[in-house]
Amino acid sequence: MTRALINVPAKAQRAEVIEIKTLVSHPMETGYRRDNVGNLIPRDIICRFVCTYNGVEVFRADLFPAMAANPFLSFFTVATESGTIEFQWTDDHGNTQTASASIEVE
Amino acid sequence: MNDNPQQPAATRRKFLTAVGGFAGFIAAGPTVTLRPAAATLAAMAAAIREVVGEAPVREGKVMLDVPPLVENGNAVSLIVSVESPMTGSEHVKSIHIFNEKNPQANVAAFYLGPRAGRARVSCRIRLADSQKVVAIARLSDDSFWFDSVNVMVTLAACLEELR
Repeated sequence: MTRALINVPAKAQRAEVIEIKTLVSHPMETGYRRDNVGNLIPRDIICRFVCTYNGVEVFRADLFPAMAANPFLSFFTVATESGTIEFQWTDDHGNTQTASASIEVE
Repeated sequence: MNDNPQQPAATRRKFLTAVGGFAGFIAAGPTVTLRPAAATLAAMAAAIREVVGEAPVREGKVMLDVPPLVENGNAVSLIVSVESPMTGSEHVKSIHIFNEKNPQANVAAFYLGPRAGRARVSCRIRLADSQKVVAIARLSDDSFWFDSVNVMVTLAACLEELR
């Protein structure tokens, strides 16, 4: 798939609530649009997003065609321990895109 | 040939393309009705029932923040937050977003838990028409709460194929 941008604070205090921002470039084709000769353009969207913190799921989203192109998501999580936060986007065809960030908790 | 006679030709060309473009826009007008059938109030109610079941949905606790007037329906910023201490015993399980008039009533579903720390999610959505957007939150005691916002859209999403 394509490029993903993530924003996770590099350092945090223990039990601090941190904001995570993610953006992945994807057309999010709705399946309701027609091309210039009137044929329906097939649907192609990212339908699932999962965020795991050291292997434990902390946030998950089911997305529908009403999400704007290049889906942006921002959410919060509690900084519990140092480690990696992993992100996974899955599209209609089952292709996945992953990204990860490391966080240091004092 | 001097340059002067070319000047009017260029402006005439510009004028004709402008008129042609406008005529094309007018001609495309009626095809608006060929859009896929929009989700209706009933479709939204059905989509909500699928999530909520027979449980009552009360107004409150949820704060849905969508600008009341948007210029471009292709990317409308949406922030949803829920009043909750987000502890192990009392937290938000999920937040579901619905709309009234897009071709499909579901917009997104977010699954949180006590590790979220704060029940607040923001994203960008598409809106095909001026309509009502609804957010429903499911708390850990399986009660449902909602908030809704009426949004006016000047340039709707899903109409790009007309250009």
